[in-house]
Amino acid sequence: MPDKKLFGYGGRILRVNLSSRTVKTEPTPEKLAREYLGGRGFVAKLLWDELAPGVEPFSEGNKVVIASGPLAGLFLPGAGKIEMGTKSPATGLYGEGNMGGHLAGELKFAGYDAIIIEGVATKPCFLLIDDDKVGIRDAARYWGKGAFEAEKMLKDDLGEDFKVATIGPAGENLVVYAVVSHDFGRQVGRTGVGAVLGHKKVKAIAVRGSRGFEVADPEGVFKKGKEMYEVCFAKPGFEEWTPYGTAGVTDWINDIGAFPTKNFQTGYFEKHKQINGSALRERIHILDKGCTGCPIPCGKYSRTTYKGKTIYVEGPEYETIALMGGNLAIEAIEEVAYLNYVADELGLDTISGGSVAGFVIECLEKGVLTPAQVGRDIKWGDTEGVAWLLERIARREGIGDLLAQGVRAAAAEFGQGSERYAMHVKGLEISGYESRFAPAMMLAYMTADIGGHHNRAWAITYDAAVGQDKIEGKAWKVIELQHIRPLFDALGLCRFPWIEIGFELEHYADIFPLVTGWTSSWEDLLKISERIWNLTRCFNRREKPDFDRRDDLPPPRWLEEPLPSGAGKGKFMSPENANKMLDEYYALRGWDKNGLPTPAKLKELGLEFVLDQLPLGAGQCG
Amino acid sequence: MKLEAKEDRCSGCRTCELVCSMRHFSQPNPKRSAVRVSGAFPAPGKYSIILCDQCGACAEVCPVEAIRKVGDRWEIDPDLCTGCLLCVEECPEKAMFSHPADAVPWKCVLCGECVAYCPRQAIVDEDGEAVWAGVAAKKRARSSGR
Repeated sequence: MPDKKLFGYGGRILRVNLSSRTVKTEPTPEKLAREYLGGRGFVAKLLWDELAPGVEPFSEGNKVVIASGPLAGLFLPGAGKIEMGTKSPATGLYGEGNMGGHLAGELKFAGYDAIIIEGVATKPCFLLIDDDKVGIRDAARYWGKGAFEAEKMLKDDLGEDFKVATIGPAGENLVVYAVVSHDFGRQVGRTGVGAVLGHKKVKAIAVRGSRGFEVADPEGVFKKGKEMYEVCFAKPGFEEWTPYGTAGVTDWINDIGAFPTKNFQTGYFEKHKQINGSALRERIHILDKGCTGCPIPCGKYSRTTYKGKTIYVEGPEYETIALMGGNLAIEAIEEVAYLNYVADELGLDTISGGSVAGFVIECLEKGVLTPAQVGRDIKWGDTEGVAWLLERIARREGIGDLLAQGVRAAAAEFGQGSERYAMHVKGLEISGYESRFAPAMMLAYMTADIGGHHNRAWAITYDAAVGQDKIEGKAWKVIELQHIRPLFDALGLCRFPWIEIGFELEHYADIFPLVTGWTSSWEDLLKISERIWNLTRCFNRREKPDFDRRDDLPPPRWLEEPLPSGAGKGKFMSPENANKMLDEYYALRGWDKNGLPTPAKLKELGLEFVLDQLPLGAGQCG
Repeated sequence: MKLEAKEDRCSGCRTCELVCSMRHFSQPNPKRSAVRVSGAFPAPGKYSIILCDQCGACAEVCPVEAIRKVGDRWEIDPDLCTGCLLCVEECPEKAMFSHPADAVPWKCVLCGECVAYCPRQAIVDEDGEAVWAGVAAKKRARSSGR
């Protein structure tokens, strides 16, 4: 029996096999949509179903899943997020990231909810999706070009109204923290999705859609959409937050001792006012740039000149200010913007890229590496040196070949105690929050399914609210956030209206049934989010058979070294306290002491099928 | 009503395209809207807004006189229109549109929804008949003490 029409969905999944050069469309299964919504839910379920357990990230068998969500592309605040996932070459685990821009809506306007990219092409190609016309096109002339350069060329060649995602040289050269770039400044930044596309020889994906899509109650959706914008317009943060975007948080993060400084040696950077939101706004900003339907555009498009070269870049946003500013002791927003531009054009994640650069500088400082080994000396605040290093990494030249595998692999090679300078969880470099004086934030990093990333649970505000010293009572909040925030990623939404200006969650609950025609409550949707969370946890165990509590521990620096300065001076997370937090977290999640979902929990969430491949609770983990 | 684009305020979010297609075609579909946003990136980094300025050039080229002045706007009479799309080709602002799903082209009819819901107030009504929805929303929020 054919599936009923899905309201709020494009209705089709596009399957592209690069090895056989075939393209086919399949109806989006209603069961998949109801049980996993879209976005992150589709990525998790499709990777679980379709990847052979233990598949090598850089192999013909790995796939990239790109998925929009049921609320993307609509007339409502923040309807512009697209999700991309794969088995991560950075972690060997579940890999996934999302980005804004205009691809999420465009894919649905073309009639698709997801793209599954399989196999490996024999030569560089790009996917052309123009409504029903889909092709695998030659990309010889774009290969080797920068991420923005290639996007511009493709738009010039195809039409400005194509929405284009590209990879840069870092993706082509399989740097495990290569990004997928779009809209001249939006990136799927984490876990190396860009590198897997590079391995498949996919330089770009260009989409144009004119079909639009249907919603169950157009009048209701239009009325509610208007109300949602009106509520946003009336929030004080609409005017106060928007001029600075994420960069506006810099001073506060520094004040509470959480600003990564000199490769996380401390959490306080004296020169923070030279690289904060005000510096950005006053010195380099030229335009506010927003994603589909956004009332509060966080994109700060900037222009600056570095050593005679004029550059344009979207940002720097907070994470880049943290990892390529404080973390490298760069003391001018113009120079952070320049490094941001270098990384973006190369197609390198600014978070992992900044962490790797900080690691190298500290290794040089502590004598683990010599300038001869690196190819030159690089000091804190050395913008030119860092830019040079990023180029080496993206081209995999000299030491860049090893550094392209991230800090965990580099520390394993360098030895001499350098793992103490390798700031990662599960192999993914930690993003912009030094957490020795922010236990909930640390627990969020410890338990995030992709490794050291903040977006699953930005729990640092909870630390500040209830006490940065407190260990107990943090886990429930981390779990709550891990269900709410990734739900946005499943719906195709940006969470900033909620987080940054206090737009109420109930509005999304109100509009979901009007869009889909389903009666789901917000609690129902949160249950789906919990289902997805448990599935990605099981995915990690399936891909790494000894995956357990040990993989949830933070890096040695956080467990052993007291913070030397800032609001958190003297603080660190003892292994006892780290384990205490995990005990509390696992118990609240219904997981066993090793951090694995119990069969009862899986059944409660409708994940019994996991047990066919993963005999949890059968005695091998206890 | 006289629409004016303030392009330096535009963030490229395309809320105008979405509100227009919802109002006139009951679906989210920027390819069925009467306003368009395009970007020039990486340099110089700016957005352009295509708007109908109600110049009436479409009416002049229409071979069947299907486009008529109604108050301050030009409207297409779908019963008279033959769908030849000459107006779409000849529009000096590129602000006449057609779509494979529609028998006749369409143009801006000054409904004012883009003025009301552009988050950036990048489309304004110089005559002041259409206003930004944020004005009333802020007043309501203040009076309810929130």
